[in-house]
Amino acid sequence: MSKALLIDTSKCMGCRGCQVSCKQWWELPAVSTTNEGSYENPPNLSAETWNKIKFKEISSNGTVKWIYTRQACMHCTAAVCVKVCPTYARGYDDLGYVTVDQERCIGCGRCVIYCPFQVPQIGGHDISPRIKVEIATPRAVTYNCNFCIDRVEDGLTTACAKTCPPGAILFGDRNDLVEQGRARVNELKSTYPQAYLYGENELGGLHSMYILTEDISVYGLPENPTVGTYPDFDQADIPAWYTQAIADGKIPAFPWGARPEWYIQEPPASALRGPQGPQGEPGEAGGWGQALGWGGVGAVVGVVAVALSWIIGRRMGQESKQAGK
Amino acid sequence: MTNHWSDIANSDCMIAIGSNPAENHPASFGWVMAAKDKGAKLISVDPRFTRTSSKADIYVPMRSGTDVAFVGGMIKYVLDDMDANPENYNMVYVTEYTNAPYLIHPDFKGAADLDGLFSGYDANKRSYDKSTWQYQLDENGIPKRDKTLQDPNCVFQLLKKQFARYDADKVCKITGTPKDTYLEICREYCATGKPGKAGTIMYAMGTTQHTNGTQMIRSYAILQLLLGNVGVAGGGINALRGESNVQGSTDQCLLAHILPGYLSQPTNKDETLEKLLQRATPTTNDPKSANWWQHYPKYMVSLLKAWYGDAATKDNEFGYQYLPKTTKPYTDYSWIALFEAMYAGEIKGLMCWGQNPAVCGPNVNMERESLAKLDWLVAVDLWETETAAFWKRPGVNPADVNTEVFLLPAACSYEKEGSVTNSGRWMQWRYKAINPPDDAEDDLWIINRLVLKLRELYTNQGGPNADAITKLTWNYGDIPDPNVVAKEINGYDLTTGMLLPSFTKLQDDGTTSSGNWLYCASYTEDGNMSARRDPTPGPYNVGLTPGWAWCWPVNRRIIYNRASVDLDGVPWDKEHPVIWWKNGKWEGDVPDGGWPPMAVDPENTRYPFIMKPEGHARLFGMGRADGPFPEHYEPWESPVDNLMSGQQNDPAFKIWDSDMDHKGTPDKYPIVATTYRVVEHWQAGQMSRNLPWLVELMPDMFVELSEELAAEKGIANGDKVIVETARGKVEGVAVVTMRFKPFQINGSTVHEIGMPWHWGYTGLSKGDSANMLTPHVGDANTMIPEFKAFLCNISKA
Repeated sequence: MSKALLIDTSKCMGCRGCQVSCKQWWELPAVSTTNEGSYENPPNLSAETWNKIKFKEISSNGTVKWIYTRQACMHCTAAVCVKVCPTYARGYDDLGYVTVDQERCIGCGRCVIYCPFQVPQIGGHDISPRIKVEIATPRAVTYNCNFCIDRVEDGLTTACAKTCPPGAILFGDRNDLVEQGRARVNELKSTYPQAYLYGENELGGLHSMYILTEDISVYGLPENPTVGTYPDFDQADIPAWYTQAIADGKIPAFPWGARPEWYIQEPPASALRGPQGPQGEPGEAGGWGQALGWGGVGAVVGVVAVALSWIIGRRMGQESKQAGK
Repeated sequence: MTNHWSDIANSDCMIAIGSNPAENHPASFGWVMAAKDKGAKLISVDPRFTRTSSKADIYVPMRSGTDVAFVGGMIKYVLDDMDANPENYNMVYVTEYTNAPYLIHPDFKGAADLDGLFSGYDANKRSYDKSTWQYQLDENGIPKRDKTLQDPNCVFQLLKKQFARYDADKVCKITGTPKDTYLEICREYCATGKPGKAGTIMYAMGTTQHTNGTQMIRSYAILQLLLGNVGVAGGGINALRGESNVQGSTDQCLLAHILPGYLSQPTNKDETLEKLLQRATPTTNDPKSANWWQHYPKYMVSLLKAWYGDAATKDNEFGYQYLPKTTKPYTDYSWIALFEAMYAGEIKGLMCWGQNPAVCGPNVNMERESLAKLDWLVAVDLWETETAAFWKRPGVNPADVNTEVFLLPAACSYEKEGSVTNSGRWMQWRYKAINPPDDAEDDLWIINRLVLKLRELYTNQGGPNADAITKLTWNYGDIPDPNVVAKEINGYDLTTGMLLPSFTKLQDDGTTSSGNWLYCASYTEDGNMSARRDPTPGPYNVGLTPGWAWCWPVNRRIIYNRASVDLDGVPWDKEHPVIWWKNGKWEGDVPDGGWPPMAVDPENTRYPFIMKPEGHARLFGMGRADGPFPEHYEPWESPVDNLMSGQQNDPAFKIWDSDMDHKGTPDKYPIVATTYRVVEHWQAGQMSRNLPWLVELMPDMFVELSEELAAEKGIANGDKVIVETARGKVEGVAVVTMRFKPFQINGSTVHEIGMPWHWGYTGLSKGDSANMLTPHVGDANTMIPEFKAFLCNISKA
């Protein structure tokens, strides 16, 4: 039974309690901000900010609307970030959400540039005392909402759902929430003809679903996002510490419970033969991979390389700027 | 609140006016959403489109300070509609439960007769002789009533005359509200007048902080009474208090003019206890009026027994002479008056306890100057506040300030045990989670040490009225236990030493004690009632939760609930009953007195509004300083003339005249300004501006203005701007937004801007306080400052 969040934007009042409770639970540092003429801050998701509310004012038929959109990991069933990860640092939990193992992460940034929602972010290994990255530090690794993995496994709701005063963020079994979301959308249709349950089917079904009242584009969300084809990672770019860590047995060559079909990067044959190899039947989370096949090489290798180095460079620059403030 | 937070879920229609619950009372919004889930409508009335407005079914703008015009028009709409469609209203409620049928003195003249004034006005004294604002009495001294509501001197007819001038066209010319939306709101909200429907008014500081703020609230009350919305589930007049324990501190007499439990404060005219009791105890000749304040002597004597114990005897008037007396004519101990007195050098010392006047006071430049005139200042807080640091603020040479400042570090709410009382009158016990850091101590510990030291000094050295301190029953030990204090507040039977079960047991002969009669029943021989945590919804499933915490008075969750039933004791709304007379007794909530319903036992019944000597809710309120009916007046600083009458301002508020009290005029300051809070920051900011996660969300002081005004002034979104009034200027970041729109006021364009007032010169996030702009004038009845409407100009920095 997979778990999910259902975010009802018709109930969100933009208080941003979820932004703070996320940082509080994960002990993420505040970032330095300035008011640039909007309530929205910080301006972007970052390694230190995994969940934020975007504010947008629109005018329709002479009346003002103030739209609040939550930006955080969508926990896709068919997650691009998992597919492109060259070191299997990203995967799927049995409960359906996307996992990130910063210990395996080499900071290549492929998830950052390929995520259709621009969610994963790169930052230092020591951002939060709650997340231990011990192998081959210091380095940059990726972060995003991890579904409050420890809370959820202990039977609690996510921190954001726990704090939401108007009850706009619901946590529960995904099947139930899909039903609830559909019913709520039907209710809203009379007032909001554009009402839509975003994430019911997108990318194999998201585990952060949104009840929208306006056109999808108003929220800056992609319409009909799809899993594309992506270039293989150049094995020459695998850092030596990673190869060494596997050789030393500090991390397995292929994570226990992961499945080769989740990734375009073929796991080493040795890893698949060993006792730590993938087990069990393909579950709901991995189903898409086989259907799509894996390993397709896109035609954008050069462009991607340039974009990647630019994005990483820019983010590092921002961080040093913030650190210098 | 007459009702309570979770009761909002029972409402059919909610008006947020003078409030912004999504931002200032976010926890309440779950109940608003629960009501909406059941089909209720949310109406947001605000000069600016807020986060509350973004969730409203209907939003409408209203120029700051024009609530009486806005709601007066709704009252007229109801009165007109009552003539046309009486079946849509609860006329029994209006006739039997309000003072609509009461006859008023034939010489009474209203604002419609006297161009905005009421009879008895003395312009020199800026006050009223209220001798014509009284009921006509019959030969038995009982007020006369005309239940046909036809007598031209009856309150109902006077009310009609008062608001006949408030037609929608004139109202919208004053408020700047689009007329079609205004009428839509009138229709939607007034539909709650039908028996079985309930509407609630959620208001806060946007209403109170005006020179006629009390009358604005009166207008809400009149509307609610006409619609039969008081006493019922999902109805009421609901003040959303801005801090977790404002209600509690008010109950325990933080206000300057009362004693705990809203007991009348002695004045120098009350030379003896007997004289005080005579003045403060209302009487009635009507046998059907409960006249609850007849018990004032029991509450007052029990209070004196709680404070002075064995030293309070019949022979020494139970220690009455230990109490300080305010002087008549009036000595004003409210905020503005205190700072005026400090500025004039009349007050030498100040204790600021969890308060930060150097940010939150009106005309704060003057109030900061006032602090420099003190000999000493004690600040008790979690951080070094602007108040504690006023002597080293920007632009001041510390060597020039002679005030000696003491900063006492205090424990925060998680670091101390005790109770808080929320807006819904729920006293909720809290426990200590962790120890405070370093030398920080809880408030009870600090006040205990202070009193022990004072007692030692007065015992050893004497002094004026030393007995007031030395005779106090103050035996809490070195480490005071809040449970002991809570028990003292509840009160004891002094003959048995047992905790009292209810204030009905209090006596005026010195055999009982109670530190606050309203809280008698909160901590009994059965234990600490406020520590109960049973979330069961309780009777009728309307969310009364009688086993959760404890609610004053006597755990009554909805006050005036005897008005929620008809004359036979049957609820107007059988789906959401509050109380119900069944088989010869009341079921449901704790009723406002156990007397039988009015038609069931006409001899032994009592009228439902038991706190008034006449037993009926007052549409006509003779207690107010500035008129028995609300009348629209412009704010002290306004860009327009009063369209309703020749009386520009409320006629009874005090105007101060120190050399720092300046009034701005529209030729120089043509723009209306208002102030407010944001959800990310807390009051004067001493807590939230020191928390990095909150500073990250709202890092800077900002000013919101319309796209139209920005274009006129050449201001772009994100620019630094200067806002200036007759009293000062502030800098902030321009937030240019379509959520503010220019008003059309009587054919002319009037701009309004707004800004939060959280900032100051200490903490992680610094900025100008909006109160450098606000005026030092206050409400005619309460003296609460007019923070919400004043004149300014704005320019690019």
